[in-house]
Amino acid sequence: MNAPTEPILDIRGLRTVFRTRGGEITAVNGIDLTVGAGETVALVGESGSGKSVTSLSVMRLLTRNIGSIAAGSIHFRSKDGRSRDLAVLDEQQMRQIRGDDIGMVFQEPMSSLNPVFTIGDQISEPLRVHRNAARKSAMEAAITLLEQVGIPDARRRAGQYPHELSGGMRQRATIAMALACDPTLLIADEPTTALDVTIQAQILDLLLKLQRERGMGVLFVTHNLGVVAEIAHRVAVMYAGRIVEQGPVAEVFRNPRHPYTLGLLASMPKLGEATRLKQDGQKLAAIPGVVPSLANMPGGCAFSPRCRFAIGACQAGVPMLESVDAVHQSRCIRWQEVGQ
Amino acid sequence: MLIALSMLIFLLLRLTPGDPIDAYIDPNIPMSPAQLTELRSQLGLDRPLPVQYLAWLREALSGNLGRSIQRMDQPVLSLVLSRIGPTVLLMGTALAIAIVAGITTGVISAVRRNSPADLSFSVLALVGISSPAFLSALVGLYVFAVRLNWAPSGGMLTPGAAFSVSDLLHHLVLPAALLSIAQAALVMRYMRASMLEVLNQDYVRTARAKGVAEFWVIAKHALRNALLPVVTLIGSTIGLAIGGAIFIESVFNWPGMGLLLVSAVETRDYPVIMGATLIIGGCVIVVNLLTDITYAVIDPRIKVG
Repeated sequence: MNAPTEPILDIRGLRTVFRTRGGEITAVNGIDLTVGAGETVALVGESGSGKSVTSLSVMRLLTRNIGSIAAGSIHFRSKDGRSRDLAVLDEQQMRQIRGDDIGMVFQEPMSSLNPVFTIGDQISEPLRVHRNAARKSAMEAAITLLEQVGIPDARRRAGQYPHELSGGMRQRATIAMALACDPTLLIADEPTTALDVTIQAQILDLLLKLQRERGMGVLFVTHNLGVVAEIAHRVAVMYAGRIVEQGPVAEVFRNPRHPYTLGLLASMPKLGEATRLKQDGQKLAAIPGVVPSLANMPGGCAFSPRCRFAIGACQAGVPMLESVDAVHQSRCIRWQEVGQ
Repeated sequence: MLIALSMLIFLLLRLTPGDPIDAYIDPNIPMSPAQLTELRSQLGLDRPLPVQYLAWLREALSGNLGRSIQRMDQPVLSLVLSRIGPTVLLMGTALAIAIVAGITTGVISAVRRNSPADLSFSVLALVGISSPAFLSALVGLYVFAVRLNWAPSGGMLTPGAAFSVSDLLHHLVLPAALLSIAQAALVMRYMRASMLEVLNQDYVRTARAKGVAEFWVIAKHALRNALLPVVTLIGSTIGLAIGGAIFIESVFNWPGMGLLLVSAVETRDYPVIMGATLIIGGCVIVVNLLTDITYAVIDPRIKVG
């Protein structure tokens, strides 16, 4: 886990808003995040924290006329070495980056593959779009990709339709699809959430292996801290549209400095713990309260209503992201006490 | 199925008041009741209904649909078959117009949702669905043939002139366009709804994430999926379109099945009504079969038996 050199993805002050009937809602509120070449960064948070919106903002795949990037920059270094701000690229330029320089894997392998086209056709499509590959050579490349993601009998599978494959196989196929053009950045939006636990482990292993082989940067969006520990170098914890803590995985897990991270880690049951707690008449640890609605955000620190460390000063204003050390930051005014 | 249909039609026809013999005889030649009775037994009209039906069925199964009461010289089968061509031409053209217009406007409406184009297509579709065939046929005839004189007001070919394709098309375009209105409107509305649903699917986002151009996202990834329910709709509206074709053919004097059927009903020409209905029923069954096959071809999740 070497410290990455120059980042390939550098998000600064990203603010993404949604226009709704009830007015404008800020889903992502001033995020700074970098992903280095060959580095895996996990973006963690509950539903509605803005983690998926962040990944969709990078791809500029927000629902048109509803979601849009309101402020900030997303500098991305493509394969040709150029660094450009994705937030301001036009649709044409953006399309050349999607699927070529940045690959994306989605949560639901069941619904993210088109039911009426064969697996091989869908995997070879990025090659036909970006490399002008002929149908036949693209199909051969697709078969090779299917082998690389560990699908046996790849040639036969390439001719099959999504409904003929199991969930795990389909997710392998979508990974092959995302990797078809050898991207430098892979965005994986909850790629294992919809899968069985045993299949989850296989897919994680596969992603780790492919990442090492290809030296890709990976932005891994998940709500599962167990997955983070296995796969990521760095972790950024999101809450209510902001990053509340970030740093190297080992450091953040061992020494959490934000009450929210602390709560998340505490609510992960360890093996046998649930039974033991039940015998002792205790409950599993949980963070009290619910995630605030984006339309109705509390003033000051958004986590303060649920926080056992909260004091009057927490309402005064949104806390700054303070440095715990050179690589570890926390958005909590009491981070020094949280660590104790 | 066809036998059930033929029984139903047979029964319904005989339940209607009026005697076919009245239409058969020449009112200018007075006939005595005895002569009428003799004629009835000659034509078999005096036998009990089930016997009449079975006699008809036996002949029908061997390919003989009887002879027209009105036109004694013409066997029903050849009379009906000679009318199939013009009707298929009219309905086929109308169907093609409906599919092309309905799918195009439906897709545009869905992609440009709530735009002025969407709004005007949706209003047009509503008007199209709400106007019955006899009304749109008469209004269309008056406006385009009588007032604007863009197209002839009736017939399939100019009488006396040598056959030419352009002459045929000239006669075809107005009735076909009018016949297509209801179907086009229906197809448009289904296409729009289906497309809107498909555009929200994850695989459409996946296609965009691969860098596929927006046009192909719509035309390849979304359209193929959105077409599935529309194909079923098109298949089931063909039966309805036959009803429309009967009106259009009567209004435009188009020498097809509809016109034949209407004149047969007017003159109580039972064998012709039976024969024409049977052939139409057979066509509807074949079309539904074709629809199911098409569905299986475009949706890989459905296996052909």
